[in-house]
Amino acid sequence: MSFFKKLKEKFSTNEQETDVSEKYKEGMAKTRGSFSSKINDLVARYRKVDEDFFEDLEEILISSDVGVATVMELIDELKMEVKRQNIKDSQKVKEVISEKLVEIYYGDDDEAVEELNVQEDQLSVILFVGVNGVGKTTTIGKMAHKLKEEGKKVILAAGDTFRAGAIEQLEVWGERVGVEVIKHNAGSDPAAVIYDGVQAAKSRKADVLLCDTAGRLQNKVNLMNELSKVKRVIEREIPEAPHEVLLVLDATTGQNAMSQAKTFSEATDVSGIVLTKLDGTAKGGIVLAIRNELNIPVKFVGLGEKVTDLQQFDAHAFVYGLFADMLEAE
Amino acid sequence: MAFEGLSDRLQSTIKKIKGKGKVSEQDVKEMTREVRLALLEADVNFKVVKDFVKRVKERAVGQEVMESLTPGQQVIKVVKEELQALMGGEQSKIAVADKPPTVIMMVGLQGAGKTTTTGKLANLLRKKYNRNPMLVAADVYRPAAINQLETIGKQLSMPVFSLGTEANPVDIANQAVAQAKEEHHDYVIIDTAGRLHVDNDLMDELQQIKADVNPNEIFLVVDAMTGQDAVNVAESFNEQLDITGVVLTKLDGDTRGGAALSIKAVTEKPIKFAGMGEKLDELEAFHPERMASRILGMGDVLSLIEKAQDNVDEKKAKELEEKMRSASFTFDDFLEQMGQVRNMGPLEDLLGMLPGANKMKGLKNVQIDEKQISHVEAIIQSMTKQERQDPSLMNASRKKRIAKGSGRSVSEVNRLLKQFEEMKKMMKQMTNMQKGKKGKKGKGINFPFM
Repeated sequence: MSFFKKLKEKFSTNEQETDVSEKYKEGMAKTRGSFSSKINDLVARYRKVDEDFFEDLEEILISSDVGVATVMELIDELKMEVKRQNIKDSQKVKEVISEKLVEIYYGDDDEAVEELNVQEDQLSVILFVGVNGVGKTTTIGKMAHKLKEEGKKVILAAGDTFRAGAIEQLEVWGERVGVEVIKHNAGSDPAAVIYDGVQAAKSRKADVLLCDTAGRLQNKVNLMNELSKVKRVIEREIPEAPHEVLLVLDATTGQNAMSQAKTFSEATDVSGIVLTKLDGTAKGGIVLAIRNELNIPVKFVGLGEKVTDLQQFDAHAFVYGLFADMLEAE
Repeated sequence: MAFEGLSDRLQSTIKKIKGKGKVSEQDVKEMTREVRLALLEADVNFKVVKDFVKRVKERAVGQEVMESLTPGQQVIKVVKEELQALMGGEQSKIAVADKPPTVIMMVGLQGAGKTTTTGKLANLLRKKYNRNPMLVAADVYRPAAINQLETIGKQLSMPVFSLGTEANPVDIANQAVAQAKEEHHDYVIIDTAGRLHVDNDLMDELQQIKADVNPNEIFLVVDAMTGQDAVNVAESFNEQLDITGVVLTKLDGDTRGGAALSIKAVTEKPIKFAGMGEKLDELEAFHPERMASRILGMGDVLSLIEKAQDNVDEKKAKELEEKMRSASFTFDDFLEQMGQVRNMGPLEDLLGMLPGANKMKGLKNVQIDEKQISHVEAIIQSMTKQERQDPSLMNASRKKRIAKGSGRSVSEVNRLLKQFEEMKKMMKQMTNMQKGKKGKKGKGINFPFM
C-alpha cells in the first residue's frame, strides 16, 4: 500500500484522529498551503525527474527551514531511490518524498516517543527551557490546563525571576487554569524557587510540577550553568526527576534552532521539544533536522493562542497537514 | 559544525586553484555555490540568495576575480561589497515631529522583544537625545504584559500610560497621546501586542491605531534568529502598515542573522537598531557593514574596537602604558584597568567578537566568571594603600587580614599576589620587546588580561 493510501485510510476510519488532523489542518492551513502547493507546482512543472527538478526541490525544502545539511542528505537519498526504482514520473517522486520525511521523523523509534512521561502514582517534574520569547510561560499555562483536564493535580513553579512581569504572567495563567503557583520575589535565585516548588508539590501530593525558567540565549555560558544547577536541584530532591526537560522552540526560528537544541541538551539533557507558533506561515522544518541529527522528538505543538491550542505532536497528522492538498488532489 | 564562515567554506576551493595560473569558469561556479550555501546556512531567504548569487557570479566571472592573484579573497571581497550595497549605510536617526509629541509605534510577532525594546528605546532617547518619553502599554492580550512594561518603567523612572486590560488598544493609544501633550512629553512609544502577520483582526487594529495617532515612526521588531519566514513577516507588516524602520533583537546570541538581509531586501526599509543584551542600555545603532561580516562569519572586530574606544579613557591608557614601561604598575592601577575592561561589557561578549575566537581550542569554552573578578576586586580593596603600592610588604598576618576583609581565603590572596608578580614580569618583557622595535610603539589599547 502506498504511503498516501495508508494515511488516507488512517484518517478516514478513525473519528477521533480526524479531529486531530482537522486541528492540524486548521492551524497549519498557511504552512500547508505554501509548502505543498510548492511541491505541487514543482511536480506540475516537471514531467521528467532531472537535475533541475532536484535543485528546485532543494529550494522548497530550504525555504521551509529544514536546514541545508538535512536537505542535502534527503536529496541524495531521493536521487538514489529514484535511480533504484527507476522512477521517471515526477508524480511518483512525491510519494517517495513524503515517505522519506516520515522516515526521518521516526527513525528507528516507535511512535511512543511523543508520549509525555508522566508517572501514574508519584510526582512528575517537567522542566521548561528555551531562549527568550519562544513561549515557555504560555506553553506551561496551556499544558497545565491540559493536565488538569486529565484529572491531574498540577502545581506551577515561577522560575523566571529575571524578566519583568514573568512571575505575574505565570500567576495569571495559574488563576485562569485554577492551579497553584509557587513563587519568590523577582530577582531571587531560580534554583531556590524550583526547590520550593518541589517541596510544595511533594507535601501537597501533586501529580505534576511544571517548572518555568527564564529565557536565555544559549551562548551565555553562565546562564546555561544556572540552568544546569536548577536541574541538579530537582535531581537531588527526586532521583528520577525531572521526568521531562522540554525545549520550547519558536517555529519561526531558522538554523539557530539547531544550536539551541544542541546547547540546551548539553546543559539539561533535553527529552523533547514543544514547537510553538505553528499557526503562522513559518514551517518549523528545522524539527526534521533536529530529529535527524540529535534524535530529539517533538512532543507538542502550539497551534494558536487559545488555552486548548496545545496539541500532542503526531508525525502522521503533521505530515498529513503538510500534504493534505496533495492527498485530496489524488 | 553547523556554522562555517564563508572564508572556511572557500578554503578547499581556494586550495585547489592555488597552483593554477588562471581561474576557470567552473572554479567560479564552485565558489559561488559555497557562497550560496554560506548564506542559506545563515538564514538568508533563498530567493534573496538567488538574486544575490547571480550578481556575485556576474562580477566574479568578469575580470575582477578571474585575473586576480588571490581569487578566493577576491570572491569574498566581491561578496562583502555586494552585501554592503544591499544592506545600505547606517541609519539610526529617530524622527522628530514638527509638533511634539513624536509618536513611535512598536509592532511585531509574539516574543520578538517589543516590550523590552520599548524600554530600551525610551532609555536611549533620554540618555542620548535628552528626551522625555512616555511609554504606552497597549498590549491588553498577553497576561501581565502591562505589568512588564510598568516594571520597566519603574526601573527607568519613566511614566507608563495604561488603562488596564479591559480597554481597547485604539482608545489607549489615543488617550495616551492626548495625555502626553498635556504633560509635555516629547516622545510617546506605544508597545502593541505581538500578533501574527496573517491575523486580519489584529492587523486591522494596528491600522486603526496608525490612522488615529498618526505615528512618526513605526518600528517592526524582529528576532534576529528568524529563519526563512522573515520575508513573509516583514513583507506583510510593511504592506499593511508601511513601517519606517526595523529593530533587530537578540543579536547577542550566536545566530548569523541572515534575516537582516532578507528583511532589508524585501522591505527596503532601514534596520535602525540592534538589541544586544537583556539590560535596558543594550540597544545599539545597527551597523550594516558589521552585519555583513557577521553573516559571512568574519567576526566583529570593528565593534570590539569601538567598544574599547568608547570605554577606555585615552589619557589614562597613556599613563598606564608609561607605568608598564617603568614597571611601576601597582595594585591600584590593576583595579582601575579591571574597571575599564568591565565597562566594555561582559568579557565573554568581547571574546565572542574576535574573529575565530569561537574556533580556538582554548577559548571556545572559556567562560570568564564575573564573580571571580569581583573576588579579585574585593581582595585588592581590602589592602591598605601602602600594600597596594608595594606588594613586597605582604607577610602572613597582613594576608590573613586581607583574606578576612574580603571574605576570601588566604590561598586566594596568595594566588592573586603571585599572578600579579608574574603579570608585572610579563609587562616588563613586553615593553622591552617594544623598545627593540623602534618606532613601532604600542599604539592603541592594552588589555591586561588578554
